[in-house]
Amino acid sequence: MRPKLTLLSEDLIPRILEEAYQILLKPGIKVLNAEARKLLAEAGAQVDEETCVVKIPKQIVQTALSTVPRTFHLYDYDGNPKVEYGGDTVQFDPGSSGVAVLDPDTFEHKTAETPDLIRLIKVAEQIPQYDAQATMVVCDDVPKDLHDLYRLYLVMLYSKKPIVTGAFTNKTVHAMIEMLAIFAGGQEELRRQPRAVFDVCPSPPLIWSNFGAGNLITLARAGVPAEIVSMPLAGAAAPVTLLGAVTQHAAECLSGITIHQLAKPGAPIVWGGAPAIFDMRKGGTPMGAVETAMIDSSYAQVGKSLGLPTHAYLGTTESKILDMQAGLESGMGALIGALSGINMISGAGMLDSLLCQSAEKLVIDAEGIAMARRMIEGMKVHTETLATGFYDNEINFKGGDFLKQKITMKLFKKEQHIPSSVIDRDSIRVWKEAGRLDTFGRAKLRVRELLASYTPPTLDPAKVERLHAFVLDLARKAGMRALPAHELSPVTA
Amino acid sequence: MHEELYKQMAQSIIDGEKETAVELAQKSIELGIPPLDAITNGFVVGVNYIGDLFGKGEAFLPELVMAGEAMKAAVAVLEPELLKLGEAREMMGRVVLATVEGDIHEIGKTLVGTMLSAAGFEVTDLGVDQPAEKIIGKALEIDAQIIGLSALLTTTMVRQREVIEELDKEGLRPRIKVMVGGAPITREWAEKIKADGTSEDAVGAVQLAKKLVGKE
Repeated sequence: MRPKLTLLSEDLIPRILEEAYQILLKPGIKVLNAEARKLLAEAGAQVDEETCVVKIPKQIVQTALSTVPRTFHLYDYDGNPKVEYGGDTVQFDPGSSGVAVLDPDTFEHKTAETPDLIRLIKVAEQIPQYDAQATMVVCDDVPKDLHDLYRLYLVMLYSKKPIVTGAFTNKTVHAMIEMLAIFAGGQEELRRQPRAVFDVCPSPPLIWSNFGAGNLITLARAGVPAEIVSMPLAGAAAPVTLLGAVTQHAAECLSGITIHQLAKPGAPIVWGGAPAIFDMRKGGTPMGAVETAMIDSSYAQVGKSLGLPTHAYLGTTESKILDMQAGLESGMGALIGALSGINMISGAGMLDSLLCQSAEKLVIDAEGIAMARRMIEGMKVHTETLATGFYDNEINFKGGDFLKQKITMKLFKKEQHIPSSVIDRDSIRVWKEAGRLDTFGRAKLRVRELLASYTPPTLDPAKVERLHAFVLDLARKAGMRALPAHELSPVTA
Repeated sequence: MHEELYKQMAQSIIDGEKETAVELAQKSIELGIPPLDAITNGFVVGVNYIGDLFGKGEAFLPELVMAGEAMKAAVAVLEPELLKLGEAREMMGRVVLATVEGDIHEIGKTLVGTMLSAAGFEVTDLGVDQPAEKIIGKALEIDAQIIGLSALLTTTMVRQREVIEELDKEGLRPRIKVMVGGAPITREWAEKIKADGTSEDAVGAVQLAKKLVGKE
């Protein structure tokens, strides 16, 4: 039996949805994109062009919900379906869009540049706990106009995994779709086997920005999956109650899905988010707070009740270094997310409220994720009798008896997750001899190993050349003479 | 000559397939292969391989134990043949193993016994909760070169020192060497109580035992 966490009682879910529908009528949703307003008006919503507030009747939303795919896949470079959105699948990817990386030697949060992102990609690529890559940091060594697409470009060069990404403008989303299409072999192929999902964020409370709504429309028409990342901040940009935040999340997601499905019925979209409570002392948005995780778990339950694929930002922390706070918040978040059956759980590797990525944290978080995954596998019945069969032969009433059984050898890896060297289970003696390393010290060694064992993916050189040319052209338009050099830079004549 | 069979022998140990190992041992007898060759060129290769993997963290205790058990079973088949030929597998040494008085934990010690046997030591395992005089008595009786003392509890590890002090008092050292082990046992502890060595795991214990009998 798979263990499941459900925080909402059966009677609460319809109440949440009912109030969300009421919110869509009063106060309504502010939609700052003209095309989205037009789509909504044509569908019968009441649009105030002056204030941009749209009142969306339940009927329109329910029609939109009826066309959303219940499941879809993300594919790797080779065209294998590797990530499954829908139902109770649980998958993990690193946190996206950090601006800094933790320097493992100085503990500085240094502004991320090209080599930093490459280092993160190489590590995440080799960790099986990460089902998808993410465009983990923006690189400060390219102009702002390239920030979103340049990180996708690097992931595409250094990885084969599916990708969780996002665009920062209406213009660049087209460019990023084009980049993915180059590798997919065309727009139609990309639609059929999408490699990436794009996060799209409404602005709390209840606003679809010009660029957010525009991206929803573009992605829907391209058939590239969109992931709504609704961010109610309970107590500041959303009601202070956790249930109030969950309800606002529902209203924001329902309105986003409506715009998206009106643009192209049947396009894939995810009920996701990155909510938080609002910290009343510091004014921050604690992503590692348990209440934040409770909002996530609850809205996922609401999304599931509608049969939708789900996503959440969990397994991350406010801590600035890889200390116990980082460990306990990240581990608990990963476990809550897994127990909630959330399809894609983003956030691993992140410190400082999603601002700072760390390769060392990626390898530590992978262990928490592995534990959470093992947990949701639950108690398994492997044998006909639960125990009696184990006593049939060669039992000498000695402690090691069961080590000698063939079935032990056969089953122990199915029952036990074998942790990496990041987790210390040594005797004190071996621990001392190995240099008395703490978690962070062991993580540094593991990262070093992974960087040494990394091999670049084998990619079609013709496609790579086209990608280089496409991105270089955009870079030149943005005022660069060349892209930053790195290991897999094109060899110029 | 017989390379393929030797390979299968090694593989049967690596896979922990006791029955296969026994069959292969019997087959080697039928083929007239000298039993010592079968052990040295076949089965031992498998034990060493799995021991190396274990040391690197790539093999696990069940694999190690199963390999040791398969090795023991194969050697049991070949030993009568060795005797008939008037040969003997080079005996590495005689070891008495025991968990000290007041302590009943023995998984690690049993593992050490299995691996020592597989490596060619003659092992007498006294079991758990053994007082010093009984351990020493047995060692004298079988003319053991090594006593291995196990303790899991911090409250019982002091008993390891008692055995060593008793041996010293009787003037039985360095004739009898003492190796100590168990979860709380550190190198510092081993030095402090003047033991002849300690090891983290069963694979290391075999290396230590070989060193103590001068057969590295």
